[in-house]
Amino acid sequence: MSGPLHEFDKPNSYIGRSVARPDAKRLVEGQGNYVDDIQLPRMIHAAFVRSPYAHAEIVSIDTSAALAVPGVVAVFTASEINSQLLPWVGTLTHLKGLRSPPQLPLADQVAHWQGEPIVMVVAQSRAIAEDACELVALDFNPLTPLCDAAEALKNDSPVMHAEYDNNLAWEKKVDAGDVDTAFNRSDVTVVQRTFQFGRHTGVTLEARSVVVEYQTTDESLVFHYSGQAPHMMQAVIAKHFQLPEENVRVIARDVGGSFGIKIHTYGDEIATAVAAKLLQRPVKFIADRLESFATDIHARDHTIKGKIGVTNAGDIAALSIDDLTGIGPYSMYPRTSAIECNQILNLTGAPYNIKNYRANGSVVFQNKNLMCQYRAVGHPVAMAVADSLLEDAANEIGMDVVDIRRRNLLADDAYPVTSASGMKFSELSHQQSLERLVEMMNYDQLRKDQKELRKSGIYRGIGLVSMVEVTNPSPMFYGIGGAPISAQDGATVRLDAAGALHVSCSITEQGQGTNTIIAQVAAEVFGVGLERIKVTTGDTATVPYGGGTWASRGAGIGGEAVLLAASALKSQVLDVAASILQTTADTLDIVSGVVVSKADNSERITLDDLGRIVYYRGNELPSDIKPELIATRHYRVTDFPFVFTNGAMAAHVEVDTETGFVKVLDFWVVEDCGRVINPKLVDEQIRGGVVQGIGGALYEECLYDDEGQLLNATMADYLVPMAAEMPDIHIAHIETPTSTSTLGAKGAGEAGTGGAPAALLNAVNDALRPLDASIHQMPMTPERILKELYTNLS
Amino acid sequence: MKAPDFKYECPLTLDDALACLASDELDCQPLAGGQSLMPMMNLRLAGPEVIVDLNKLSELEFIYEEVSRVSIGSMVRYSALLASAIVRKHIPLFAKAVPHIAHEAIRNRGTIGGSVALADPAAEMPALLRALNASIILKSSSGSREIPADEFFIGVYDTALEQGELVHSISIPTADIDQRFGFYELARRHGDYAMAGVAISASSINPYVGLRIVFFSVGDHALRATDAEAVLEGQIYSDAVLDKAKDALASLEFNEDMNASEATKAHLAGVVMQRALAGMNAENT
Amino acid sequence: MMSDKLDIELIVNGEQIQQSVLVRTNLVDFLRDQVGLTGSHVGCEQGVCGACTVEVDGVMVRGCLMLAVQANGSTVTTIEGFAGNTTGKKLQNAFSEHNALQCGYCTPGMLASSIEYIDRGGSTDRDSIRQHLSGNYCRCTGYQAIVDAVASVIEITDAGINQSEGAST
Repeated sequence: MSGPLHEFDKPNSYIGRSVARPDAKRLVEGQGNYVDDIQLPRMIHAAFVRSPYAHAEIVSIDTSAALAVPGVVAVFTASEINSQLLPWVGTLTHLKGLRSPPQLPLADQVAHWQGEPIVMVVAQSRAIAEDACELVALDFNPLTPLCDAAEALKNDSPVMHAEYDNNLAWEKKVDAGDVDTAFNRSDVTVVQRTFQFGRHTGVTLEARSVVVEYQTTDESLVFHYSGQAPHMMQAVIAKHFQLPEENVRVIARDVGGSFGIKIHTYGDEIATAVAAKLLQRPVKFIADRLESFATDIHARDHTIKGKIGVTNAGDIAALSIDDLTGIGPYSMYPRTSAIECNQILNLTGAPYNIKNYRANGSVVFQNKNLMCQYRAVGHPVAMAVADSLLEDAANEIGMDVVDIRRRNLLADDAYPVTSASGMKFSELSHQQSLERLVEMMNYDQLRKDQKELRKSGIYRGIGLVSMVEVTNPSPMFYGIGGAPISAQDGATVRLDAAGALHVSCSITEQGQGTNTIIAQVAAEVFGVGLERIKVTTGDTATVPYGGGTWASRGAGIGGEAVLLAASALKSQVLDVAASILQTTADTLDIVSGVVVSKADNSERITLDDLGRIVYYRGNELPSDIKPELIATRHYRVTDFPFVFTNGAMAAHVEVDTETGFVKVLDFWVVEDCGRVINPKLVDEQIRGGVVQGIGGALYEECLYDDEGQLLNATMADYLVPMAAEMPDIHIAHIETPTSTSTLGAKGAGEAGTGGAPAALLNAVNDALRPLDASIHQMPMTPERILKELYTNLS
Repeated sequence: MKAPDFKYECPLTLDDALACLASDELDCQPLAGGQSLMPMMNLRLAGPEVIVDLNKLSELEFIYEEVSRVSIGSMVRYSALLASAIVRKHIPLFAKAVPHIAHEAIRNRGTIGGSVALADPAAEMPALLRALNASIILKSSSGSREIPADEFFIGVYDTALEQGELVHSISIPTADIDQRFGFYELARRHGDYAMAGVAISASSINPYVGLRIVFFSVGDHALRATDAEAVLEGQIYSDAVLDKAKDALASLEFNEDMNASEATKAHLAGVVMQRALAGMNAENT
Repeated sequence: MMSDKLDIELIVNGEQIQQSVLVRTNLVDFLRDQVGLTGSHVGCEQGVCGACTVEVDGVMVRGCLMLAVQANGSTVTTIEGFAGNTTGKKLQNAFSEHNALQCGYCTPGMLASSIEYIDRGGSTDRDSIRQHLSGNYCRCTGYQAIVDAVASVIEITDAGINQSEGAST
């Protein structure tokens, strides 16, 4: 693929400019269009009776009292709902050995996790539906739940799924070089740690929401969707409802936050669609906050035994990890619950020059909520393990943590490089990013201050991370494994009779600014002002076929499709203009909505004049000119399985050693995501991502008891970061455009979340180091920190 | 979740409200600020048959300055407490503590009486009232009685309030010139329920006289640390004296919760007490 | 049991509203479903996330923690009406300019709380702004841009006052 064009670097280019989002205006005035805002004639509301047990036989269900409640339209169990569908299985062929039983929306005979839906009530209002839910009489025979991943792997553990011989869903081993010999070298210092990462979840402020309409006359279905991948949902629904795909329309309008949570197939949403079909009325299901905590996918529940060996000179001799993760009773569909482990195995140590690397991963079934992809999938864990081991090792051998990175980070001119785990890297800037970070945070001064303050019993810590992020994936991520997930995207650009540009694109908007950057690219490449661009995304009926937004692919893949389509349309327009003006296209350009002569910038014909000739007065054109003022182009990444970005981050914290409270004083990010289309939007994605990462590092955890009961399913008890505790975040950019596309843009949505936990972990440990205390469990709560500091509290 | 159904009464006078609540046939629940009851109803953890809305009872919205006391009607909102010149002048402890209670939008509706009647072990107000040696005036359709805060708060959501009674008002001694007040809480996030907190009053300090040290969020109700008070009585602030006072906290019944074990609660109680006392000292100079 | 319904009358964003509402319906559900003002959002129904914050009789409250019947006779302003408040209008512009919103779901509550902060004389001190906004959950922005937007409105307003004061002397 060709390399990046530098004409974007000209002054006043829309590409690289921090324009305000056109979408923002209507959102600040309360004119958003979220799924719960939808009111349709005869629309009814769904609520679910969910399993109170993590594992139980459903002995009997009596729905008679529920059915008798005035306003109740229907009460469904597994027999009515599940029978309408083909079951789904959360496996992909390229994740060899991954297994998972078939899944259907409602629990049938056995409930496998607390929160699993068992009975569906549909009524005139959500309140009435809930009243009726309370009257459903359920009789259970509780079974022993599997709640500990390590226990579940033991030979004598009860097996959750009778069709399997044990509780292993998947395992994988990576073994490169000779790790054992390296660890045993006499000049190698070995550091071993066991890391625990707490299960946590996305907590999108707009909960999962769906409204489904079913038209029996032509067996067509409209799925109003708060989610990221409309075409994927279209394929999923079509397949499992056994409908022709063209009869399924998925529409995503405003989405109140997703972060990967809303990219999976949820039984309650599919059941809602079945209800719409059975009842022939639109059905709305809005998860409430309790349901969200209990049934939105969870993520990042890993126990990792990590080991690093460094030579006396500070070179990483070897790195090995053993990853154990407990998912739910099923692997989530269609992206699978093995991907997070796979990413960890692939990416731990990725920024560094490591030849000897071993990684074992075990993914185990649990009677807890399902786990799957959530922003930065696996990266927060991988980066934290590697960089925590690295900084601990640096301290063991008396080396500065910046110096050890300088020594081991892949050199900026080393590329292309294939890592020990097989990841292909190109055009990264780890070393440059680190230097920029050190400079912007004034590292030396911070170390001086730290030393000084320790004398008065104030314990501050500085922690760094160097990281990579997977972006712009090719079909290697999902498609090759059989998932109906497109890794390519398309854009259609059309000029109308008034000189405005309409862009329809298959990537999607959840607030990150997708619609805005689409407009910026189109405006710049084509040559009109941003105010003359209308963008359509999110509706499978009106946009080209594509993948949607996930894995930070919108700007890089969708943006490139827009660039290609806009370029193509520009050529077509100039050809028509040349014919009208009786010149050649290469003498013309389009600037601010006007066709001009390149030579002297003189205006020759406006786009709306041209449009009117083409659309209304075709008689004025030579008969051999067939003007098409519309162009569609698609783009996919072909050179690499993923286009990696890199970054360097640092956290500065103060630990109150009497209380275990951690105050985040400052945070810095140097990010290289290739060409930046809108710096403000990228910066804000990074900031939001960092704060989400701080959440996982200090606050957030889904707490389960030994019976598989979720203890903190409310916003009072599950702690998300709020404004008073968060720092201002300083950001700098390095732009190494990717040569996999003309635009040269990589992805930026997830890096903040991928790196922040590592920086926090290192900063807290740096603060605790003089006290001979350390912590390798996240979230690093006050209780956990106090246990490391005070023996009487352990 | 959506709240379950109920019958709704909205009396305009206190007598009417008390008459509603006097019935022991129906399960009647008074609705004050709603900032605790409504979440419980929205989670379907509470489902009374009748809600008696107290928000039209203007006769319960008063702040009176009396000879040596301030009388605050039970329906006075937290935000009104903060805005009141009388409260600022005579109850300096409120100015220190009330800004820690939740957030503005909650304080705009939440009431002092509602908090007292609920007696959430993590709430600040019960501890503040014990520290202030306040009295709680209760009324029912058969009369009224006054109970010292020390006797009013019994356990988790458990008070001396009896069936048919409403909190009418709270009577608080006005601060005199020598009195000093301290407040410190440790909350994971600003406005959250604290992991541990303490409210302190002293008739005077340097040396300590007449201390009231009351913890919240560490036990099943606002816990008064009389043993620690006794250790500090007549003493001047010092690390050694503080350590002894911390040891004396061992007699308190600490409860674990999701954030902290019993041992951690005990440890943090010591820390907040020390910091509150240090704060009182610092203000004094 | 027949569900209790009451007729209520209130003013919402300057408009007279007369409706019959179930007593158990909370204010934000009433505004969204019956009045059709979907700009206020529901995030937790517990008063913690702040997305439902609206103005009732001059003060900001959680719409999920008030019954609609309790707003009988009241004046209510929602995000759809904030442009009518000078501070509100300035904040809306500043939010757009500073990208103080991404998905927009927390925005109604953020604006409500910010209006309250500014109209009560809040300063440009970033910690003060953060503390005041600490009852409004945002997952997208990480809060910094929101603080920038609020601070900028106070600065512009202060500068405007200083200018007009200067001009009058």
